[in-house]
Order: sequence, then C-alpha cells, then structure tokens
Amino acid sequence: MKHAGGYIADSRIRAIEWLPWAFALLCYYAAPSYLSLGSYILTMILFALSLDLILGYGGIITLGHSAYFGTGAYVAGIVAVRLTGEPLVGLLAGALAAGVLGLVTGMIILRTRGLALLMLTLAITSVCFEVANKATSLTGGADGLGGFSLLPILGLFRFDMFGKTAYLYCLAILFASWWLVRKLVYSPFGASLTGVRENNLRMHAVGAPVYQRLVASYTISATLAGLAGALLTQTTQFVGLNALGFQLSGELIVMLVLGGVGRIYGAFVGPLVYLVLQDYLAKRFPEYWYFGIGAMLVLVVLFARGGILGIIDAGILRLRRKS
Amino acid sequence: MRLKLSTLIAVLALSAAVGSATAQTVKIGVITTYSGPTAGQGDQLDKGFKLYLKLNGNKLPPGVKVEPIFRDDTGANPDAAKRVAQELIVRDKVQFLTGVVWTPNAAAIAPLTAEAHVPFIIANAAGWNIPRMSDYVARVSHTLPQSAYPLGKWAAKKFKRVYTVVADFAPGHEAEAAFIKGYKDAGGEIVGSARVPLANTDFIPYMQRVKDAKPNAIFAFNPGGKQATAQMKAFGDLELGKAGIKYIGTGDITADEELQNMGDAALGVLTVHHYSAAGDRPANKSFVAAYKKEYGEKLNPGYMAAVAWDAMDLIFHVIREQKGKIDPDKTMQLIRNYKNPDSPRGPIQIDPETRDIVQNEYLREVRKVNGQLANVELEIVETQYKDPWKEFNKAK
Repeated sequence: MKHAGGYIADSRIRAIEWLPWAFALLCYYAAPSYLSLGSYILTMILFALSLDLILGYGGIITLGHSAYFGTGAYVAGIVAVRLTGEPLVGLLAGALAAGVLGLVTGMIILRTRGLALLMLTLAITSVCFEVANKATSLTGGADGLGGFSLLPILGLFRFDMFGKTAYLYCLAILFASWWLVRKLVYSPFGASLTGVRENNLRMHAVGAPVYQRLVASYTISATLAGLAGALLTQTTQFVGLNALGFQLSGELIVMLVLGGVGRIYGAFVGPLVYLVLQDYLAKRFPEYWYFGIGAMLVLVVLFARGGILGIIDAGILRLRRKS
Repeated sequence: MRLKLSTLIAVLALSAAVGSATAQTVKIGVITTYSGPTAGQGDQLDKGFKLYLKLNGNKLPPGVKVEPIFRDDTGANPDAAKRVAQELIVRDKVQFLTGVVWTPNAAAIAPLTAEAHVPFIIANAAGWNIPRMSDYVARVSHTLPQSAYPLGKWAAKKFKRVYTVVADFAPGHEAEAAFIKGYKDAGGEIVGSARVPLANTDFIPYMQRVKDAKPNAIFAFNPGGKQATAQMKAFGDLELGKAGIKYIGTGDITADEELQNMGDAALGVLTVHHYSAAGDRPANKSFVAAYKKEYGEKLNPGYMAAVAWDAMDLIFHVIREQKGKIDPDKTMQLIRNYKNPDSPRGPIQIDPETRDIVQNEYLREVRKVNGQLANVELEIVETQYKDPWKEFNKAK
C-alpha cells in the first residue's frame, strides 16, 4: 500500500493538492442549495482525517472514534446553552475536551494492541454514550440538545438558513486542520508513526518512544475529532446521541476505507463519495437506499482494497507502463 | 426570419407562463423512518400517506397536482432529521412538511419551520410542547397526557398500587408525569417508577422489578413497534398477569400493527388511546377495508397509519381551500380551523389556540374478535379532549 508522507518525502505542497480546495470553493458557487450537505461532508472529512492519522499512519485500529467526536459535539452544545454563543469559544472548548479525553483514555488503552485495543475503544464509546444518555440535565438525553442560538462568528458572520456561513466556516477549519495534519505526517514524528505501524518491535529496538508517540498521535487525533464534532453541533445547532453512537464510528471507517487509508486525501474522497451517493440514493429510493450503500461496499472490498484512490493509482501506473 | 424567431420565443414564453399559471404543483416533504431498528413505525406512516394519496390523490382543483417527496430520517436521529428537513426546504422548496415519528426529530425541525415559514404537520411525534416552538407547527396525532392523564384518573378507581415503566425520552417522561398526576390526584399510590433507555429491546429486568414490587397494575409507555411487542412478551414470560398484575397504558403498548405478534399475553390489557383498528365507526371500517385491500388481509392499520391518513387529509383540505396557491400564513389560519367530523378515529379538529389535536379518547381492552386480537373500544373516557398538559402549563 502506498502512503503519503514520510521523513524523506518532499514536503512541499504539490499543485494537485490544491485541487480539493478549488473544488470546494467551486461547489460553494455552483451548488448553493447543497450547502448544508456540503457542510456535513466537510465535517465528516475532518473527522475522517483525524481517524486517518491514527489508523492510516499509527496503525491503531479503533471502533470508538465517535467518543471524541461526540464529546466535542456535546461540549460545544453545552457551552452554547450555558456559557456563550460565541462559536469559536465553543469550538475550542469542544476540541480541548475531546483532546483531554483522548489523552486520558489513550494512556490507558494504548498499552494494548490488536483485538484488545479494539474492544477497549468500543467500551469507551459505550461508556460515553451512556453518560450522555443519563446526564439528561446537561445533555438532554435521548431528546438531544438544541434550542440554542449562536452569535455571529467573530461578531461578523451570522449563521444563515441556507448554510453559506456554515459551509465557509467548516471549510476554513478543515483547511487549518489539513495543514496541521500534513505538517505532522511529513515530519519526523509522522515518520516514526509509520515506523510503529510497519514494525512495532523494530521501533522499540531502535529506541523510539513508541508508547509516547502513539499517545501523542491519539491525543491529536481525538482533538481533531472533537473539533469536527463541535463543527457539527454548531452548523446544525443540535446534538443528538447519535454523535456518540457506535454506528457513526463504523460509518466513519467505511468512508475512510472507501477513499483509501493512510494517504490524507483518502479522507477527502471517501466521505465525499459516500455521502453524495447516500444523499442521492436516500432521495431516489427512500425505503431501500441502504442496499445501494451495501452493494457499493461489497464491490470496494472485493475489487479495490486501496479504496477509490487506490484504483486511481493503479490506473495511473498502468498508463505510465504503456507509454 | 428574425421576426419569426422572436414571435416563436414570445409564443413559447407566453405558453410557459400560462402553463405555470394553470398547472400548480404543490410539493409535500414527508419525513419518516425507513431504516434502522425502528423502521416499523416509519412504515406505518408511509403506508397511511401512500394509501391516502392513492385513493384521494386526485381530489384537487383542476390543474393542481401534489408531489410528495419521501425522505428517511433513520430513526430517533435529530441531526439527520434536521438536515433532511433543511434540504427539503432549501433544495426542493417544499410547501408542506409532514411525517416524523420521533419527538426529538420534530423538536429539531420545528425551529427551521419558524424561520422558513413552512407549515409542518406532525403525524406522530407527541412531545407536548413542540407546537409552541414554531407558529408553523400543527399536530394531528396526539400528546401523551391526552391519553395518560385520563387513564390515571380512571385507574385510581380500580387499582390501589401502580408501578410505572416508560421509555426514557421526552414523551415517556410526559406520559409518566401525566399518569402519575391523574392517578395521585385521585388518590392512588405509586409504588415505583422505571425509565427504560429508548434503544432498549430487553424488558425482562424491568418487568422482574415490577413483579417484585407486587403492584396491582403496571402503567407502561413505549414508542410502539417492536418494543411494544418485546415489552408485552416480557410481561407474559414472567407471568405478571398470573401474579395479579394488570397491564395498562397508552395505546402505544398494544399498537394494532403489532398486536397479532404479541400473542395471548396481550389479552385483557387495558389502554386509553385515540385510535383502534377495531373501532366500529363507518369511516374506520372503510379505512381498514381499504388498508387491508392495499397491503394484505392480515395487516391492521396502527394508530400511526390512521394519523398519517388524517395528516394528508388536512393537507389536501388546505390545498383545496387555496386552489393550489399556498400561502404559509393563510395555510396556518385554515389549519387552525380544520375540522373533520368523520375521521377513522371519530370527530377531530385542530385547537385554534394551540394548533394541537382535539379528539375523543377511548378506553380499550384487548380481546379476541373472530380469532384475532383486537383493541375493543369499551367507552369514550374523554370527548373532544384537548391536551390537558397545555392547560396545566399555560404559555406565559
């Protein structure tokens, strides 16, 4: 499998890496009635990006990433209800809370590997879910948390019905996060993560602080997931228990695998394709749309292990060989 | 040639303008649950809507057409529901929203309708204060206090000690509070209360707790569908009936579409609700017959299917009154004055003040009729009854 990044790779931004951003801006003008879906896609891209950092680079397999997403979402919601409607404060609080949770839980669960780790991530999500379900005075329980309104961003940009502000807001946050993740992946830190994924024992043997590196990457990833969660809360002005659900974690992995793991842009392509297709199918066949999603997944797993970007890679390789 | 071309364009433009003036298409956004463990409830709404559209879809002024757009909210999932509603409003430009099984979903959608001025006719979600969240919300289904409060008053005459078990979300809390208020005010004693997580499917531990407390009756609310069956089975398996405990509740616990799956454990269960497929009103008989003809002889319409039918009827009434040109404020005015003396559930009307439903509440008992379980209506406990909770909690 080909992975982007690494210590020796050229870290300058290639021209093609601007393509997603140009496309996102184009969508803003070309599809004004799809902006709420667009904001959701951007949010999920950020969430997938956070997972890619630990799954694709660190090799940490998790089914519990929604714990951090949901924590960020709920903290942002609670801040908006109880403290202030200033979006950036809520955003930072959500990210911070998720980061702290990531640090604490990461320190515990990253002592294990493989199936045990997988089970622990599941357990953490379940615990968070039940806490949010029971703490009804704070979270609203199964009814969700809503009925708050947000102030304009920086006092300038009001969230509007058509989702214009929300879309650009998500885009800006995603851009900043992408910048950070990209820097990380191309740094020695990123290279050491890849090392851990490829050969854990050898990294120990060369004296790399494996555990610390994993906890650090896990914390950063949790922070980004929390950021995504807070974005979802602020753009929909609602948080429900599903933000902490196991199903969301599963869906996230599906999106990332669909795009391609461990290459940053897989996290861009996967959610885009998955959610646009889901939107189309759910509209076209409201009763049976899950069938279409399922069929697509079976095809990807059977024929395109590297995801959509893997197919494109293979295509380019074949073209080069011919010429 | 140039002249001809311009005339052609003018003629085309004119015919287009005339065309749009005569052919009015009213778009109705229908949000219900098609996927996930609670798709059964959503299916009820879907069946009710589609049956009405099939049988009455042409009863419109000439040139007016209705285009329903069905969307899936995947269950009690407020942010998905809100996103779907936003898309229906912004992208499809619907003139009505309807459907919605779940209270959390409706509560998330309501503020949008206030902002976009889109009339939103709730066909199930029962949380009592949703219509207060937006002036563009009206509800044709029910609130939990509407059935639980009179049941509480009635139960106090029959049972000394009652244990309550409700689903742990807003409608459950409301059912619990309303039943206890009605019951305690009339002198009953509550021996215990349990709240069951919304996604729960195993009721054995809760029913065991009830059995151990030895009440005379258990009052229950669950959101219908498979959960109603699961709770009934737990009631039967633990033999609470033999231990002398009567099972009572809102009609959700014996929802007609699930009743045949519940088995004989359901016999003798007492409920208060607004609709039963066994109701002997002529309007209901023809509704049930049409339903069975469409979906199969063995299937009974549940209360959600009946309400979905009424919701569509209300929308069609409003479209007819305005001859297809929908003005949101005029629509709400018409909805406030909507009356249907001949709904499958009996006479109904919208309360002009609260935009909530006014209807009869029936006391029913599950009995065998022609070898099939049925919610047989015994008496009308409340006639043309408003939501009592809004009386107790007056808007400031």
